[in-house]
Amino acid sequence: MTNSAVRMTGVVKRFPGVIANDGVNFEVLKGEVHALLGENGAGKSTLSNILTGLYRPDEGSIDLDGTPVSFSSPKAALDAGIGMVHQHFRLVEPFTVAENVILGNPQTAFVIDTDSTVERVADLARRYDMAVDPNAKIWQLSVGEQQRVEILKVLYRGAGVLILDEPTAVLTPIEAEALFKTLRAMTAEGRTVIFISHKLDEVMSVSDRITVLRGGRTVGTVATRDTSTRELAGMMVGRSVEFSRATRRNPGDPGDVVLSLTDVSCEDDRGREALHGIDVTIGRGEIVGVAGVAGNGQRELAEVIAGMRTFTSGRILVGDKPLANGRARSAIADGVAHVPEDRLHTGLAAGHSVEDNIALKNYRTPLLSRFGMLKRNVITSQACDLVTRYDVKTPDTATPVRLLSGGNVQKVLLAREFSTKPKVLIAASPTRGLDVGAIETVRQRLVEAADDGVGILLICEDLEEIMSLADRIVVMYEGRLVADMPAVGATREQLGLLMGGATPETSQ
Amino acid sequence: MRSPVRLERRLTQPRWLNSAIPVFSLMGALVVGAVVLLATGKNPLDVYWRILDRGFLSQRAVTGTLRTATPLAFTGMCAAAAFRLGVINIGGEGQLYIGAVGAALVGLWIGGSAPVGITIIVMVLAGMLFGAMYASIVGVLRSQFNTNEIITSLMMNYVAGIVLNYLIFNSRSYWRDPRSVGFPSGKPLEKRTFWPTYEVFSTSVSFGFLLAIAAAIVLWVVYKRSRLGFEIGIIADSPRAARYVGIRTKWTIVAVTAMSGALAGLGGTSQVGDFAHYLDAKGLQLNNFGYTGIVVAALARLNPLGAILVAVLMGGLTNAGYSLQGPDFPSGLVGTLQGLILFTAVAGEILTKYRLRSNRNAVKAVAV
Repeated sequence: MTNSAVRMTGVVKRFPGVIANDGVNFEVLKGEVHALLGENGAGKSTLSNILTGLYRPDEGSIDLDGTPVSFSSPKAALDAGIGMVHQHFRLVEPFTVAENVILGNPQTAFVIDTDSTVERVADLARRYDMAVDPNAKIWQLSVGEQQRVEILKVLYRGAGVLILDEPTAVLTPIEAEALFKTLRAMTAEGRTVIFISHKLDEVMSVSDRITVLRGGRTVGTVATRDTSTRELAGMMVGRSVEFSRATRRNPGDPGDVVLSLTDVSCEDDRGREALHGIDVTIGRGEIVGVAGVAGNGQRELAEVIAGMRTFTSGRILVGDKPLANGRARSAIADGVAHVPEDRLHTGLAAGHSVEDNIALKNYRTPLLSRFGMLKRNVITSQACDLVTRYDVKTPDTATPVRLLSGGNVQKVLLAREFSTKPKVLIAASPTRGLDVGAIETVRQRLVEAADDGVGILLICEDLEEIMSLADRIVVMYEGRLVADMPAVGATREQLGLLMGGATPETSQ
Repeated sequence: MRSPVRLERRLTQPRWLNSAIPVFSLMGALVVGAVVLLATGKNPLDVYWRILDRGFLSQRAVTGTLRTATPLAFTGMCAAAAFRLGVINIGGEGQLYIGAVGAALVGLWIGGSAPVGITIIVMVLAGMLFGAMYASIVGVLRSQFNTNEIITSLMMNYVAGIVLNYLIFNSRSYWRDPRSVGFPSGKPLEKRTFWPTYEVFSTSVSFGFLLAIAAAIVLWVVYKRSRLGFEIGIIADSPRAARYVGIRTKWTIVAVTAMSGALAGLGGTSQVGDFAHYLDAKGLQLNNFGYTGIVVAALARLNPLGAILVAVLMGGLTNAGYSLQGPDFPSGLVGTLQGLILFTAVAGEILTKYRLRSNRNAVKAVAV
């Protein structure tokens, strides 16, 4: 095709232990908004990093306007006209908009002509309908305005191809609408936009064509007007149903509630509401899977229940006891165990020994300390016992956990959490990054705990894992639970649609 | 240009390194120092012998060395205690002054009437309390408002210096001797409140130095065995893990800064009780005890028992320096030798955490 702006053929990129891109084919036409759709880990970021020169592909070729290119650095890609707007902004906060725009631009003269720069930046902003004052300092701007500065930076360098990495993740709906208008203004001038997203509705409304990635491979490219959210969801999560459900010794009892959340809301670290009126219950021995794309409030949900974050409204009961708001110690005492997503730096103190980490949750109990002094010999014997029982491979219990392998780190964490005899376990991505053997062990431990009556909230992006372990599945989208259904009978397509923000009605 | 060697983080730190590296560092300093001495026409062996003799071997030397070491041991522990938590309290200087103010207040107040034992105990407690209160301002600002403690604690050193000057030179305060008209000075304590000294092998050991050893043992036990020490370690290693298990990080920061200030305050107290016997506004500010304490803590690798040893070493070097100094031995040369020893000790420190690797192989790996 003659009007191809970017063509990537057979792109392969391997990282130790992972194939991030496995023969991806991807073609973008001049003057279109092309959406790159896929779940987290589908290979979208790797692909865009290859296109912007951050990574070099192990195999495959890239053509830009029909000529083969190879980028040795992000600067080379930028010089060739490919600009990236990252999800996390790279702006100098005390500088003005205009200063940020010209920063790092090789055409900038040694002495900066402020007036003409401001004028040119203002022109550019007006042309694409982006309201932003070139003289404002970055720290004074809203997130939406900062994103406009990032776009201006790329446009100012004369990029013909713009890549936007999940640009709406940080925007309000009105700001997102304004961004879409800007994107259309740019494509009308013949620029090309690659729009990375996992939200089905916005992909449908903004793009001309869509390429779907799954597991590092291209599933297909479709024209937006010929497709539906339903079809896209199917492509995104795959149709395979070949997973085996874990066998349970004792099925859970949803009637005997061990954890209940009623109308729980909370804010994220930046003070925006992250959870909106969550209602969910877990029964004794029940595994409830929370499906959803990362960043839709899962972390906040886990932290609220674990007492690490205060909730702004609502009520949480563990058994029939109300949970003290934002007090991790009492949550632990009340029987809430928590396997956080960031095992090595939140769930454990990486520089500390295995035995210290195993004592991390019960060092204040009379078993391990008296009159404020620790009983070190009991701490060691407790650790030796659990290391044997959970088959942790470590030279001794005094070894720092940062020296252990990923699977053994998770074993230490699970050993500690289960040894506190919890009523409820919050497990966030418990098998992420582990090798096959370790994944099997961790899943086995979770099922055993459920068989013993622990109610488990399994927060996970991996649908496979949720569908094979959970009794019930809830779906989180933008801080809300948008669905609650039995795991038996749930389909990947249906979940994919819900995770992408389609309303339950359209998914019926 | 690539340097031919690079530093690589050690995965484990072998125990023997902890003793081997300081020894090699010291030897390195002596070798370089010898070159400097030869260049200035001195006999290095002779000079080193004199340092050893005047600082550590002769009978009177040890008494002086311990005397110089006492405040450094306290300020060293002050810095070490806070640094362990990652709170960079460099306000030991000011906290020492304020501790001396508290101790002198109590000494002057009840020294004439109360039993000697009680007076000494109350002086110690008052010095600790004053130092702790003054330091906890820094701790509260850090934990509640996330203020940079390096700046606040440094600023408060100047404030404390001004307070000292005001009490003795610029006012007719309770601490000032009303009889000192021409040259103002502190009101002397009653002779009976002077702290005892003990003769050990004809070396006098002050009560304050014994107090420092006791404090170091307590501190060491706190770190090794107590719940508080465990929590301090977790906070320093991973603040997120501390939040995860519900450790009260803010409270701990305030408590540890107060503890750190109490140690510096004890240093000031010992200056009043052991040596000066009045609030010596000038003498306290002359020696930079607080700032030297930071060096002591760094060399002792934040180990309280190590701080005592390092303080004695530094005390000996300082005193030996004074006695070397003379018409044929300029003070600059003394400073050079002391500086070399400190410099190599700090430089050697890095080798306990990192190892040197040749860069030749690394270049090949990149080229592939």
